[in-house]
Amino acid sequence: MTTEHIVGASVPRKEGGDKVTGRAQYIDDLTMPGMLYGATVRSRIPRGKIKKISFGTGISWDEFVIVSAKDIPGKNCIALILDDQPCLADGVVNHPEEPILLLAHPNPHILPKAVEAVAIEYEPLPALFTIEDSERQETIIWGADNTFKRYLVEKGDVDSIWQKAGFIVEAEYHTGAQEQLYIENNGVIASYDPNSGLTLWGSLQCPYYVHKALIKLCALPEDKVRVVQTETGGAFGGKEEYPSMIGGHAALLAMKAGRAVKIVYDRMEDMVATTKRHPSRTRHRTAVSSDGKILGGEIEFVVDGGAYSTLSSVVLSRGTIHAAGPYYWPNIRIRAKAVATNAPPHGAFRGFGAPQSLFAMERHMDRIAATVGLSPIEIRKRNFLKTGQTTATDQTINEPINLEKLLDRALELSDYHARKAHFRNENQSRTCKKGIGIATFLHGSGFTGSGERYLASVVGVEGLANGRVRVLVSSTEFGQGTKTVLCQIAAETLGLPYEQVEIAQADTDDVPNSGPTVASRTVMVVGKLVQSAASGVAQTLIAAGILRKEFSPKEFRDACSKYIAQHGQLKSLAQYEAPPNVYWDDEKYRGEAYAAYSWAVYIAEVSVDLAIYSVVVDDFVALQEVGKVLHPVLARGQITGGVAQGIGYTLYEKVVWQNGRMQNGQMTNYIMPTSADLPPIRVYFEELGNVHGAFGAKGIGELPMDGPAPAIVNAIADALGTPFDSIPLLPEDIFQTMESCSQSPEAPLTQGVR
Amino acid sequence: MRADPVDYELLAPGNLPDVLSLLAHEPETWLPIAGGTDLMVLYASGRLSQKKLVSLWNLPELRFIDVADDEIRIGAGCTYTDIRNHPTIVHEFSLLTTAARWTGSIANQNRGTLGGNIVNASPAADSLPALLIYEADLILVSARGERRVLYTTFHTGYKSSVLAPDELIRAICLPRHFANHISYSRKVGARNAQAISKVCLAALGKLDRDTVTDVRIAIGSVAPVPLRLRSTEDALKGKAIDSHAIATARSNAIAEIQPIDDIRSTAAYRAAVAGNLVVEFLNALRESITRP
Amino acid sequence: MSDPRGPREISLTVNGQGKTLRAYPMERLLDVLRQHLKLTGSKEGCGEGECGACAVIVDGALVNSCLVPVLQVQNSTIVTIEGMAQSSRLSPLQKSFLDCGGAQCGICTPGMILAAHHLLSRVPRPSPEEIREALAGNLCRCTGYAQICEGVANAANREVLG
Repeated sequence: MTTEHIVGASVPRKEGGDKVTGRAQYIDDLTMPGMLYGATVRSRIPRGKIKKISFGTGISWDEFVIVSAKDIPGKNCIALILDDQPCLADGVVNHPEEPILLLAHPNPHILPKAVEAVAIEYEPLPALFTIEDSERQETIIWGADNTFKRYLVEKGDVDSIWQKAGFIVEAEYHTGAQEQLYIENNGVIASYDPNSGLTLWGSLQCPYYVHKALIKLCALPEDKVRVVQTETGGAFGGKEEYPSMIGGHAALLAMKAGRAVKIVYDRMEDMVATTKRHPSRTRHRTAVSSDGKILGGEIEFVVDGGAYSTLSSVVLSRGTIHAAGPYYWPNIRIRAKAVATNAPPHGAFRGFGAPQSLFAMERHMDRIAATVGLSPIEIRKRNFLKTGQTTATDQTINEPINLEKLLDRALELSDYHARKAHFRNENQSRTCKKGIGIATFLHGSGFTGSGERYLASVVGVEGLANGRVRVLVSSTEFGQGTKTVLCQIAAETLGLPYEQVEIAQADTDDVPNSGPTVASRTVMVVGKLVQSAASGVAQTLIAAGILRKEFSPKEFRDACSKYIAQHGQLKSLAQYEAPPNVYWDDEKYRGEAYAAYSWAVYIAEVSVDLAIYSVVVDDFVALQEVGKVLHPVLARGQITGGVAQGIGYTLYEKVVWQNGRMQNGQMTNYIMPTSADLPPIRVYFEELGNVHGAFGAKGIGELPMDGPAPAIVNAIADALGTPFDSIPLLPEDIFQTMESCSQSPEAPLTQGVR
Repeated sequence: MRADPVDYELLAPGNLPDVLSLLAHEPETWLPIAGGTDLMVLYASGRLSQKKLVSLWNLPELRFIDVADDEIRIGAGCTYTDIRNHPTIVHEFSLLTTAARWTGSIANQNRGTLGGNIVNASPAADSLPALLIYEADLILVSARGERRVLYTTFHTGYKSSVLAPDELIRAICLPRHFANHISYSRKVGARNAQAISKVCLAALGKLDRDTVTDVRIAIGSVAPVPLRLRSTEDALKGKAIDSHAIATARSNAIAEIQPIDDIRSTAAYRAAVAGNLVVEFLNALRESITRP
Repeated sequence: MSDPRGPREISLTVNGQGKTLRAYPMERLLDVLRQHLKLTGSKEGCGEGECGACAVIVDGALVNSCLVPVLQVQNSTIVTIEGMAQSSRLSPLQKSFLDCGGAQCGICTPGMILAAHHLLSRVPRPSPEEIREALAGNLCRCTGYAQICEGVANAANREVLG
């Protein structure tokens, strides 16, 4: 096969027909006979002891199935990494909305009244709500020191560089929480039968994560738990770990009730009770030579993990490794920690730590440029990683990436220089100030370090008697095109028409564990395994002597039919093997952090209307190198969608907190962009290939989340001549900064020349 | 969905006399519901304490637009879409069509009514500043008959009005003498569409050369009710529209309003922006002098 | 007057078919469609009329069905996503959505297609601004709207060309 016909083409989305006709079945579209509905009674305080639970009058409590921590057959935890998060609070609560009791009833309409009628008396305990409160360690709310995890990355000799610096640039950056806001709320249906076991259907990303959690919670053997993903209406990480919680709840109710139980959240419950992006604080202190080269520096990266550890150690990991950006640091020390606060645990959200630390890095580069007296372009060009150089974790960049050229291309596409000159001119006389900003960044594909080896993903490809091919993966579709792309890969590998390949529903009874659908690994890692397994099917037939090496689809079909008649089944499995000479040290946090990186340059043009202090993004160029574009329409859709979420993260989406609880848990008050708010997002790709990925592909799902915030805030700073170092950046914040600037124009935000 | 439909009653008599009769015979029992874009949100969140409702939706006596020589009468049951599409309103009452376009989404404009917007009396309601500017009269109706009140006297405080318990708004009357005014309106919300306003300004002005002969400025979201900025207006009338007058107008406007901090915005921001919008309006007015 | 408590008989025309059912007058049209009529294509995304995932067409007008008490659509004509395709043939709009990448996770797609259909039935050749305004009441978290708007423009061209 020399020319690719299917991979690289925008073939029809596998499940697209169902989606445009309303036939696609999401969890709330499904019912089961005799099904009950479940609801959750949740904590109203951020931290305290539960003293008394009373069931109020006006409710026929005997009609309800009620589950508390005491009903848990197995271990009262949501198994993930540290197992510190209870499934149901047992005597103690550590965040608002923490689940305490579960109720089920045949009539969903009386559940809200029943939930209201449960009265809980607490003895409140002191609670912590900010990173600063937590790290002061005056009150300890988790472990010995409120710290879920720490990392230390060291390279070279940081302590020796300060004396040689021409400039020392120091600043602090903040990012806020962000709600994933998938349009389909979390929902599951659980059904239990003592003979066949527990089945859970739901809107989820990782069936095997839920499987692992249910085994432990329900004390059931592996083969008595089945998890099935239903059509999922958006996820973005918000359904990576959370479904284990809502799934656990439905499972407990179903086991006690002996009937199926559906739990579907409404929008407010989903927003206030489930995970959000980790808020962060990054401190940079950088030694720069007088001609603008980074000599080294210290980065402190901190994320707020909420009340339980959940995935914070992994979010911290990715944020830490990305904190140095796409630059060469001869010396660096990165100290990172994830701390506990009394908020609902924060969790996975597209980008997973990298948007936070890259925001800081890219804002800092512009600050360094201003301090040194170089342009944002020049400062980056002088410090970009080049092929053969090592990253902060001592990973040698082996691929032929040329970031200077990539930046030049983006500058041309955005007409940067002409626009910038034009704005400088126009801004003098207008209330509406315009600016243009750059972000250059990278995103590692797949699990960090030894993660993929640990996952040991398995993929199956099956040949059916009628010559159709079925892909068997636990990787899920939630809009990003998993089904389509993995079928393309299998079809291309076997030389079969795309229509001849299908993909099994992600059902743990039917598919092997190809790992979670996260970390931008699906096309690269799982896709490569699909390639292997598909080849394996052909190899099996060829080895059996019933198929020649160059075969037509018809010959393939006949061979399948013959093989299955003889052997009953034709299935090939492929398991992940770590590439040789790829080394990662978990102790020292050094080595090959990721098998591949995608690289990008984003350029944003903004207008700031100083009458109302609001920002409009007028133009956005998103240029990225992604190995190979397997499906142009899907790839473009990932970038435009990710950039839109990034614009939301920067300018619109603010979680209003009060005592650890989100106050604006409605779509009226938590603002995401509408079609009337977004600029044309111009998407361009480069393809350098990737030996570790299917057909040369790298991950692209999360990359677009990293660039918009710093590009936009750099543009705003350019427009107004004032730095901004915190997102979300709402008009009220810009107003406040402009007011303080006009009152005290000398407020120092940067330490300049030493 | 946090309400149980079983707990609620909804009647739809289908004609105004029967609705009014119900309101008269069972006072303070039946809550009128028109398009539902406000009440159904309350209902679904489990916060609609009134359990008996009577539907005003599509009542022919309330959903009409009559154009007379001197005034236009808009039935309180007209939707924002009805308003946006009516040629006379488009030509002569652009502040109202603009406000209608700002309100919610197309889907919500097809259901939300002007009467509902007035009675719901959110301080952030988009169409109310326009009604203040146009000096609307309201025709109120009950089983006892009709009465006509100045819209400026309708709201008596946050979420309270002169509407009697058995009364409905039947129509909104706008005098047709604004076609030659210069109009300005701007809504400041969290995003370009489907946003509750943080500040909303509607204004009309008329000049004789560079002298202000008429000026009307109304503003929403900066007080418990939508406000006419009377002091600011009075200070401008009869004066030349120059930089000094504009600067004074800004300070006067900020002094007249009472913005608050809330979940959507801050008092300081609202005050500053209100001042800026007044300036923007007056600058637009001043620029119209130089244009033929 | 009949007993105001208890369910009523509601008659509707849905996707060209007459339907009679019993429902409480304050049941939301969305729930009546999904539960009584098993038309699950319309979705609940927010319950507050912000996301448009529940959008349907009532008597020719696009509305958010989560905000409509069913009694108010007595004798109305309703079109849902299930009424958009002619038997198994997709409408030009549905085909365009597929070709242009307008549907990713698909949850906003039914409401989005109805909003687009509502626009095209009034403005056969809408400008990009008109498309964006018409769809501003339908939130999509996946696509950033670009390919949705292109799908609508593409469908408009197809319709005109026949």
